[in-house]
Amino acid sequence: MPKVTFIRPNGETTVVDGADGTSIMQTAVSAGITEVVAECGGTLACATCHVYVHDGPIDALPEASGDEEEMLDFTACPREPTSRLSCQLPLSPQTDGLVVRVPPEQY
Amino acid sequence: MSNRTVVVAGAGQAGSQAAASLRDEGFQGRIVLVGAERHAPYQRPPLSKGYLTGKVPPERLALRPPSFYDNIDVELRLGTPVTSIDVDARSVGLGSGDRLEYHDLVLALGARNRGLPIDGADLDGVLTLRSLADAEEVRRRLPAASSVVVIGGGFIGLEIAATAVGLGIATTVFEIAEQLMARVLSPGTASFLVEAHRRRGMRIDLGTSAATMTGTHGQVRAVWTLDGRSVPADLVLVGIGAVPNTEVAAEAGLLVDNGIVTDPHLRTSDPHVWAIGDCASFPCAYADGRQMRLESVQNAVAQARAVAAALAGRAEHFRAVPWFWSDQADLKIQIAGLPTGRDTVVMYGEAEQERFSAFCFAGDRLVGVESVNRPADHLAARRLLELGIPLRPVDLTRPGFDLRALASGRSAPVAPTS
Ligand SMILES: Cc1cc2nc3c(=O)[nH]c(=O)nc-3n(C[C@H](O)[C@H](O)[C@H](O)COP(=O)(O)OP(=O)(O)OC[C@H]3O[C@@H](n4cnc5c(N)ncnc54)[C@H](O)[C@@H]3O)c2cc1C
Ligand code: FES
Repeated sequence: MPKVTFIRPNGETTVVDGADGTSIMQTAVSAGITEVVAECGGTLACATCHVYVHDGPIDALPEASGDEEEMLDFTACPREPTSRLSCQLPLSPQTDGLVVRVPPEQY
Repeated sequence: MSNRTVVVAGAGQAGSQAAASLRDEGFQGRIVLVGAERHAPYQRPPLSKGYLTGKVPPERLALRPPSFYDNIDVELRLGTPVTSIDVDARSVGLGSGDRLEYHDLVLALGARNRGLPIDGADLDGVLTLRSLADAEEVRRRLPAASSVVVIGGGFIGLEIAATAVGLGIATTVFEIAEQLMARVLSPGTASFLVEAHRRRGMRIDLGTSAATMTGTHGQVRAVWTLDGRSVPADLVLVGIGAVPNTEVAAEAGLLVDNGIVTDPHLRTSDPHVWAIGDCASFPCAYADGRQMRLESVQNAVAQARAVAAALAGRAEHFRAVPWFWSDQADLKIQIAGLPTGRDTVVMYGEAEQERFSAFCFAGDRLVGVESVNRPADHLAARRLLELGIPLRPVDLTRPGFDLRALASGRSAPVAPTS
């Protein structure tokens, strides 16, 4: 079970055991990390699942698609080089140990 | 304030959000979330899409994990409807026989599908899709169907039809109007959708609908059209719109007119009762202040947040930019704004590549944007509408016009012309 660490806006960290093939967004939602809003449920329609990929095996994540790349211009919190939409980030054995930071605003 | 009780009636998208947002706002009183369905709050959008194909498994439908409500101290009363409201005593009666007193009541009752009053509508195999229970039935029957008819060319109907086509099932959609979703979509986007679905193998019959349905041994076999043709069908989906769940509000004497009527704060005709989501008719800032109902996740969530803020003493006029998405086959359709007063439509992007946005204007004012497979345009459009960044039809046709730069603040509102 690939582990993901979420650094939440209040500084708290939550470590979650994810499942292969599910996204970081789904992992956050089912762990009750409500700062990952995910209004569209992961269909790449809303950009309210913004996270900063902070540490760990970042290279094991797929590159952003053209659409995701463009959508990142419209996240509620400022875009940084590490910004991603977490519904587009699948977990796998290779992503074990990933650390993501959750921004304080998604709207 | 900690001895106040808020009862939220309806444990769907809006009700669940209202409970969560009340706690986010620091509300410390009692919150009871009452739902007619036995399921904890779940997402409806996947029901007509990924859930039917198995791509979205049932356990992924929950809006929030089961422990969530306990953790934030929200009492869930599931499987029991609110059956009466006494606005003078400020209490609600439940189907279970219990009575709950409230200081404030939030009605988030949703809508139900409109029935089709024609012969044969009660045959086996004639279904509708709103709840998880409905979706379980459709999912169970779809793989065995050889011919599907969808009555009504709305978003949900087209999503189901596209799913059936994707499974290789012969599928026909009947739409009584000459245009798909004429009240919402611009004509160009509507005809694009018809053609795009036809290219993928869907039959779409415009300007006609079902007159009767016939069957053998109680099972539907055919749908007869108003113009006298028959189409074989062993599964029929009726998707001709929804009606708001307002009865319990009307019986309590609350003002109801195609929805539970609210003011700009989403307060009903009783000062301690609020209405949000599919069941609420509110004065919409994007429709020149006209009362209207919107059926979308965005509207449910944004109204829930607004009422939670109001209950925490931060009331503001509700004016979130309406937006909506619909996934049909590989077409991602998104709408920002409303078509209020639309008189000019400018296409942006490549319709032949099935990637474009249609910018809708009322005079020189942007009112709405319909995007197909252009999610970044959609986000840009929302930003323009929200911030009131001016954009005129001519701007879009200027060479070098950069929508993303304009909306993300990287360029001056209107590029200088030479
Ligand atoms: C199949 C389907 C697909 C959709 N796809 C999309 C999409 O792609 N994008 C989008 O933006 N929107 C979509 N929608 C619309 C969206 O799901 C709704 O607008 C949203 O769920 C509205 O939230 P709500 O809380 O107002 O109503 P609901 O989520 O319907 O919740 C209302 C709840 O109240 C309960 N209830 C009713 N009466 C009572 C009572 N008397 N007492 C207690 N409980 C009661 C109902 O059983 C229901 O559970 C879709 C809807 C459906 C049905
Ligand atoms: S959840 Fe909507 S874009 Fe990721």
